[in-house]
Amino acid sequence: MDFDLSDEQESFRKVVKDFAEAEIAPFAEQWDRDHTFPLETVKAMGELGLFGLPFPEEYGGSGADFTTMCVAIEELARVDSSMAVTVEAGVGLGANPIFQFGNEDQRQTWLPDLCSGRALGAFGLTEPDAGSDAGATRTKAALDASTHEWVLDGSKAFITNSGTPITSVITVTARAEAGISAFIVPAGTKGLVVEPPYRKMGWHASDTHGLRLEACRVPDGNLLGEPGRGLAQFLAILDDGRVAIAALAVGVAQACLEHSVAYAKDRQAFGGPIGRNQAVAFKCADMVVAVEAARNLVYRAAWLKDHGRPFKQAAAVAKLFATEAAVTATREATQIFGGYGFMDETPVSRFYRDAKILEIGEGTSEVQRLVLARGLGLPV
Amino acid sequence: MNIAVCVKQVPDTASPGRLDPTTHTLERSGKLMLDPSDEFGVEMALQLVQAAGGGEVTLVSMAPHGEISGLRTALAMGADKAILISDEGLQGSDALGTAKVLAKALQRVQADLILAATESTDGYTGTLPVQVAELLGLPSITFAKRVRIEGQKVLVDRQTETGFDEVECPLPALVTVTAGVVEPRYPSFKGIMAAKSRPIEQLKVADLDLSTDDVGWHGAGQEIVSVEPAEARQAGEIVVDEGDGHERIVAFLEQLKVI
Repeated sequence: MDFDLSDEQESFRKVVKDFAEAEIAPFAEQWDRDHTFPLETVKAMGELGLFGLPFPEEYGGSGADFTTMCVAIEELARVDSSMAVTVEAGVGLGANPIFQFGNEDQRQTWLPDLCSGRALGAFGLTEPDAGSDAGATRTKAALDASTHEWVLDGSKAFITNSGTPITSVITVTARAEAGISAFIVPAGTKGLVVEPPYRKMGWHASDTHGLRLEACRVPDGNLLGEPGRGLAQFLAILDDGRVAIAALAVGVAQACLEHSVAYAKDRQAFGGPIGRNQAVAFKCADMVVAVEAARNLVYRAAWLKDHGRPFKQAAAVAKLFATEAAVTATREATQIFGGYGFMDETPVSRFYRDAKILEIGEGTSEVQRLVLARGLGLPV
Repeated sequence: MNIAVCVKQVPDTASPGRLDPTTHTLERSGKLMLDPSDEFGVEMALQLVQAAGGGEVTLVSMAPHGEISGLRTALAMGADKAILISDEGLQGSDALGTAKVLAKALQRVQADLILAATESTDGYTGTLPVQVAELLGLPSITFAKRVRIEGQKVLVDRQTETGFDEVECPLPALVTVTAGVVEPRYPSFKGIMAAKSRPIEQLKVADLDLSTDDVGWHGAGQEIVSVEPAEARQAGEIVVDEGDGHERIVAFLEQLKVI
């Protein structure tokens, strides 16, 4: 057994932590308030290599392992979930499908810009009437033999990074003759309509749109991977994404712990710091248990992936536990802060609003339980 | 254009340092990190070498226990190689003793330009760089807020209390840079991995043609006799504005002879 990260992983954690504290933390509240997608900061994260972290250097990546990726996302989420998910989605949903299933031509076309953060990619799976039930995809793809083009019709919902000024490509799933398949749709393609941004409970500095595909034509070479394998490909991608979202949740819970402990030592009530009351102190104690447990589950799932072992169950365990721990931590942190926790001047208010989506995106808690129950051989 | 940068490895600046109760020197037994004030010199060196179209950036550092963590950070930023002088005999060295060691190491580098911070963030003596320059017989310019190379000269905007002086001098020379001379880059993951294979030459006092009598406790010309805690800052005065706030402020400033 070895619970230590490597020297390089620890060094990079410190770099990302320093970056997050200097370049993100001072501005996160304002971005949240103004619903700003901070393009310059996103580009700076690109220069740091965050968007290409787990991809090979030949495509402009950094050649890091998946554990390092999780550590980086955790440190970003410790100060701002919006920036963490911008990186998580850029890597896991924008670049990863093209890296995993793209042919050499597709990889060379899209990955260098995505890895450098000069461009962002998105993945359109969810539809207004197909979320957890992704098999119910209604978007259609028909091959126009006369022009050798796929014609895409339908709509997509809640697509992260799909409408930024540097969004270059969106992979969408659509039902073709062979079954659900994935297609690469370059930004700006005629018939790809990016709807105005959603009004969201949280993640205000993250870019999220609905999409419409209206007789949207892409060359037949833009089919990604095998025809009819779109759903299976996506489910494989999602296992990585679940661990990454779990890492994001660890960062959120860690931040809640730090803010709560600091406030419990500082805030005076009834003649002393509130942390001398067990009602407050024990909340902090429970929080540290949740953070440690969640972090260990995340690193273990990432370690399994890095060692080429099956990690589907471990990913579901980590995702389910860490995201529920994060939501609990934000709720308890807000409670410790009392009235101030409800005010947007304190970071815990933003963390509280930002956390809920973690139990929903990349597979809801219910879907994780389904995966785990089926893994146990239950006929559910 | 070859540039040497003097870098110090210091205890974690985020946690308060501890003084040894008998020697009154800073405890440096734990893991050390790159002095944040040296990030500016490293970045300046990288930018000058790039502007010159080529060359090497060499780090020179003296630290206990063969410590290289801080050097790895600077190498991850892009420096090419490093020299570390680590020797038990160096324990207790004062600024001049350290300057002797660094000067000897710097003679091996033969750099066109030597950069250093104006002072370290743990010791704050601010005397080492000019001592190094003196020992090497080089001109030195301190407190640079802008550095350019033109032919065989270095041009420096030198920060003063009222503005800045434009100073130039022939190379080779030593320049100390202030925080703010450049914006240090963050090391990328690729940089961190590349740093693993960059050479760090580790030297002892004997390798530098120095005697242990010149350095360490024996060579130190200064001794810290005692250390007193700084006086606690007095609580400020809170003035409640009852319509006469501006008058109270003016009176306060007059009392300070500011206006």
